[in-house]
Parts: sequence; structure tokens; C-alpha cells
Amino acid sequence: MNSKTIARHARVAWAGAIHEAIESDGQLLLTRSPHAGRRVAFDEVVWLPPLAPVPQARTILALGLNYADHAKELAFKAPDEPLVFVKGEASLIGHRAFTTRPAGVQFMHYECELAVVIGKTAKKVKRDDAYDFIAGYTVANDYAIRDYLENWYRPNLRVKNRDTCTPLGPWLVDAASVPNPMNLALQTTVNGHITQSGHTRDMIFDVPFLIEYFSSFMTLQPGDLILTGTPDGVVDCQPGDVVVTQIEGLGALTNTLLGPA
Amino acid sequence: MTSHPSLPYRPQGTVYGTLLNFQREAALWATRMTEPPYQGAPQAPVLYIKTANTFSPHGAAIALPASVDEVDVGASIGLVIGFYKENRHLAPVERAQAAINSIAVGVVGCVLMNDLSIPHASYYRPPVKYKNLDGFLGVGPRCVPLADLGGLAGVGALQLQVRINGELRQTIDLRTLVRDAATLLADVNDFMTLQPGDVLMPGTDCLDDGTRPRARAGDRIDISAPGFETLVKTLVKEAA
Repeated sequence: MNSKTIARHARVAWAGAIHEAIESDGQLLLTRSPHAGRRVAFDEVVWLPPLAPVPQARTILALGLNYADHAKELAFKAPDEPLVFVKGEASLIGHRAFTTRPAGVQFMHYECELAVVIGKTAKKVKRDDAYDFIAGYTVANDYAIRDYLENWYRPNLRVKNRDTCTPLGPWLVDAASVPNPMNLALQTTVNGHITQSGHTRDMIFDVPFLIEYFSSFMTLQPGDLILTGTPDGVVDCQPGDVVVTQIEGLGALTNTLLGPA
Repeated sequence: MTSHPSLPYRPQGTVYGTLLNFQREAALWATRMTEPPYQGAPQAPVLYIKTANTFSPHGAAIALPASVDEVDVGASIGLVIGFYKENRHLAPVERAQAAINSIAVGVVGCVLMNDLSIPHASYYRPPVKYKNLDGFLGVGPRCVPLADLGGLAGVGALQLQVRINGELRQTIDLRTLVRDAATLLADVNDFMTLQPGDVLMPGTDCLDDGTRPRARAGDRIDISAPGFETLVKTLVKEAA
């Protein structure tokens, strides 16, 4: 394959098993035995987070208040140091999946975020070398239920580590296909209406800074994620809403909200 | 649970810790809880995650970065989640059905943990830069089956001891938890399903003055409890 071709990787369930695939001419091309070479349509599969399994708990770091406009929207001063919280892998779901909105909450909103996937062990990495440590990028939707916010280790896990609340995908796009992650437009639509628009150039702490900062005290492993924050324009969503978070060059991540069972 | 009995235990899933879940520290914080930035006592369990880079097995040294002189010792148990067969008394007809359905997910064992932190005064923002440094979670050496500890009731009556360089510095009484293990598990599972392999630490206690035992490079920290092999960690300075 031409190394300059955009390589988009997916992880899907089809025919009773989980498969790795790449995008090829508007279809999924399965890449591993026993179905290597077989093509399936996007509609035929269940989409999973596009991440290969890892041998130990995946580290997922997420940034709050990393876009100046969003900080203003939430009435906070932009921070001097990254505001970071940790998420567990159990909150991740794939493209075209369902997120549960609990009964009785007033404000549950999406958050369209550029997600960085680490490609090799990163310890004390300098920002000039940061891109060498990235496997690729994907889209994350870091839903938040503001009703549950408390001022203890805020944002707390009851808000940010909920089952079903972090869609990820559809694709893991190779880093080589994304030469400048700091030059990507972000957009969210709810039922087809644009509700959020932003640009990664407006990040307060950029991707190279974040890799240098975190790897200075935490060794990051391949498959670890950094969710880099969301811009202005978060809006409450109701059961039945179809929320599409998209990032230029990375694809559109579709999610539907469900009320409680 | 470890996959091989002679290898030291290593967490397979995500490790969660709980803040302010001992009565001693909750009482010391009572006034401060109502003040800014907290504006009230926490209603739901306050959790944090110890990422995989923090795992440090029994016996291995923990390297403190040059900028870190002292660390707070957070002795705890970890409630290890796994698959188990329900052990209920059943009529014969129910037993047949239960044989199919009886695999449940819950606490299967406990492991000793040393949850280290760079000392910090505020509980407002997530403590990632204080608690998630490489090696900042001593683990092990073994996951002890829950049945050997007398079930969750037995776990709830455990006392842990913390010794630094052989000197007893703290005794922790799990009867003084604010939320006991069963309550904590129920309240946590309300919003996030604990998966097999995950570990939940019910909390760490402070001393009577609100501080935690401090340790420095060169110190040896022993955490012991009845029924467990002692967890030993030594602190060293990170190589330049």
C-alpha cells in the first residue's frame, strides 16, 4: 500500500467474531485471518472502539478546559497547568452505538474531542519529538452529565466514567496521515443541526505539550489515549437525539441517546 | 486473581481508589467541606484511578523523582473483582438452573496496596500529578481469596499496620469506613460497572492530625494484615 495513503483502521464485530479492518473504497476490508481480504459494508458490522487490546489497563487521560472559549462558556479562567482527569476503559463504546441518559437529569452534553493514541512507550519525551510517539488519532465524544458534578476531584468519575458515555471512533487514522493535528476543524451536529464548531489551533495546551507534560511523570504505553478537550458549544441532549461529532480528516462519530431502560 | 500461583499478583483491570472514606478524616474535614471550593460534603463516592504505570510489585523498589522529597503512604486493601459461583442454598430444581446461571461478578479476593501520593492539600481537582507517577502503587504479593478472609464481613473487620523502617506508624481499622465495602460497591456500580480484573480500594486513612505517614528515599515501608503476606516496598532516588 502507498505509505502516503490515508490509512483508517477499524475494529468491528461481524459474523460472530471481532475483526480488524481498514477503510477501502467506502467499505471495510478485513485484514486478518480467517477473513483477510473479505469486504463488508459499514452497515453490516457492529463498530467497536478502534483500539487493539492491550496487555494491561489502558491509561486514558482527558483534558478539561483546554479551549479558551469553552472555559469562558463554563465561567472558568483558563488554567495555568493542564486540568487532567483519568477515565477507565469501561466507559468506551464504538461508532453508531447508544449512550444512556439517566432519568431526571437537567444537563447532559456531548464533547467533541481530538483523541491521540500513543504508539510507543513514552517516558520523558520532549515536545519536538512528541509526534514520533503517536500511533494515530480518532474522534472521542466525552459526554458529561453536569447534574452529577461535585467539587471533589472534579470532574468526578460519576460524571466522566459512566458506562456507555464515551463513544470513540469510527477510525484510528495513522499519524502519518495527519501531519498537523493542530490544524483540524471540529464540529458537532444534533439531529443534523450544527451546534458546536471549533478548531484544534485553539487548544490552550497543544498535543506536543501534552505528551511532554504527561510523559515527564507518567510513562505512557502504546494504546494509551489522550482526549484533548472540547471547544465552545456544548448543548443539552435528549433521548432520541442523534449526535455526530466529527473532526476534519478523521471521520464522523455517530451516537444516539437512549433514555433509561 | 493472578494467573499463576507463584507469580506476584498484578492488577488485570482498572484500579480505583476512594477519597474521604474513613470516619477519622471525614470528621477532620467536616468544616472545610462546607467552604469554597468544595461548597458541601460529597454526596456520591469520590473516586480516582491509579493508572497501570503506577503498579509496582511487592519487593520492587519505587524510584522517587529528584523533585520529590517525601511521599504520603496510603495503606489500603484492594477488592479484586472477578467471576465466582454464587454459593446460595438452593432447592434441587433451582440448582439445575443455577448451574447454568450461577456465574456472577463480584469480589473474589483482596490484595494489600500501598497507594503513594506526593503530599497535597487540596481535594478539588483530580490528583493525577500527585498520585499517578510511575511506581506509585505498591501491590501484592498475593490476592487472598475472599473465602479465606471470612467474606466481605471478615474484610470489614480487618486491621492493617504500616511500619516504616520497622517502626509502627499507623494502624488502620476497616470497621471505621464511612461506606463499608458492600455499600461502596453498590454505590459505585450505580454508574459504572466494575469489570472482572478491576480493583476497588475502599480508602486510605489519615493519622489523628490529618496527615499521613511520610516516607523518603531509603525508607522501607511494610504493610501487613492478618491473613496476608506483608507488602514490602523500598523507596530509592531516581537515577540521574
